[in-house]
Amino acid sequence: MDKVVELKNVTMNYHTLDGETQAISNLSLDVRKGEFVSIVGPSGCGKSTLLSLISGLIKASTGEILIDNEPVNGPSHNVGYMPQRDHLFGWRTILKNTTIGLEIQNKLNKDTLRNAERLLEEYGLGEFKSYYPKQLSGGMRQRAALIRTLAANPEILLLDEPFSALDYQTRLAISEEIWLIIKKEKKTAILVTHDIAEAVSMSDRVIVLSKRPAEVKSEHQIELTTSGCKTPIICREAPEFRVYFNKIWKELDVHV
Amino acid sequence: MSEEHTVPVVHHSREHLEFMRKEKAAKKAVLLSRIIILAAIFVLWEIAAMLKWIDPFIMSQPTRIARTIVNLSKDGSLFLHTGVTIYETIIGFLSGTILGTLIAIVLWWSEFTAKVLDPYLVVLNALPKTALGPIILVWVGGTTGSIIVMALLLSVIVTILNVYQSFRSCDDDKIKLLKTFGATKLQVLGKVVFPSSIPEMISTLKINVGLSLVGVIVGEFLVSRAGLGYLIIYGGQVFKMDLVMTSVIILAVAAALMYLTVAWVEKKFIKR
Repeated sequence: MDKVVELKNVTMNYHTLDGETQAISNLSLDVRKGEFVSIVGPSGCGKSTLLSLISGLIKASTGEILIDNEPVNGPSHNVGYMPQRDHLFGWRTILKNTTIGLEIQNKLNKDTLRNAERLLEEYGLGEFKSYYPKQLSGGMRQRAALIRTLAANPEILLLDEPFSALDYQTRLAISEEIWLIIKKEKKTAILVTHDIAEAVSMSDRVIVLSKRPAEVKSEHQIELTTSGCKTPIICREAPEFRVYFNKIWKELDVHV
Repeated sequence: MSEEHTVPVVHHSREHLEFMRKEKAAKKAVLLSRIIILAAIFVLWEIAAMLKWIDPFIMSQPTRIARTIVNLSKDGSLFLHTGVTIYETIIGFLSGTILGTLIAIVLWWSEFTAKVLDPYLVVLNALPKTALGPIILVWVGGTTGSIIVMALLLSVIVTILNVYQSFRSCDDDKIKLLKTFGATKLQVLGKVVFPSSIPEMISTLKINVGLSLVGVIVGEFLVSRAGLGYLIIYGGQVFKMDLVMTSVIILAVAAALMYLTVAWVEKKFIKR
């Protein structure tokens, strides 16, 4: 199997004047091409740190991170990051928002612009391309945010709790849509979430992290019996869904 | 309204119409009260002067002010002095804003510089800049230059502090997003930090118009060549209170007009 993301014995320490905190301890994992992997863990366990490491924003204290068998040295054009909130820029139109990555990478030309427009058309935002973000609903904005990431044409998508700012109904609908888009565009995706149901319904594999310092506690290959297409909403109806949910819930060991 | 209308006619309920009427009436009452206050002041002033309750030689009087305005307009000196003051204010506040923004960019770029300069900026901000007037007069000379430097000095420090603060308050997650695309520091500045601070910069302009005008008037007091500040100080020295009062009133109008212009620009720019 071709591994596109590989973490080998990664440790990450944060330094402040008050002292040193270990966020991630000796963590190894890999993600295969085209896979949808979710990472769940107790809050504050270093899930977002993990994504920052993979995206090359920060450097690991020890260990190695490989993308396409190349060590990560700063942000790579192969990796696209989608933040918790949409962070669309209010002073740019939807189209100009989706091309910002291309502008930064000096890749904005006729072809890439047409591709961005195609993505907007294809995913129902074509007629809103000259609108400003304020004029769109939360779900549409989140879709525009995904298209902004896709327009730069990365191979791997890092999704950092991208639905957490949405209300429950929108969240279900938009996670379905975004899953379909990711599958259609044949991207590899790593989703960080604290929502177990979301993780089980969307992923091929769920990785459970321990409390800080984060280590891999367990991995679950998700195999659900469904009729037809395995979209997140259909997956929630599978008989095994509850089994995975309960197993992961117990592993998270939540005490309030 | 006829039934053939293509646009559906919204029929407001009686309650809503009543609400709209009350809102409009309240707005009118405010405007009317403002006008009445202004008119009352002038009428009372005039009457008080006429009946010798106050000495018009010291307190001046609306009709004398009106006469002064007419006389000053005849020889064109009114427009000259007002024009000079407005010109100096615009140059002072534009240069103060541009220079202040440039320095704010330097501070944002280098956190080290910002930390080193922090106490100096705090002290300079607290210092009444008008105290530096005589120094500037000696260094730059008794020219328009001195007046503009004075206006610039008053607005530049506030601009640096405000703009730098708004650069720093730019959402870290937005910056992070651009960095994941591989943005350089210049791109972060140009694509997100600067544009997201534009509303703050324009509201700084509003403060700066007022501050620069203070600088210009103090500068004109010291340089004493032309401008409304010169007219005020000259009128005071030769005891022509009509000239002083006239100049102050014209200054108030000019200040209001400049402020309204900036407010209009703000409205134009910050539609989104």
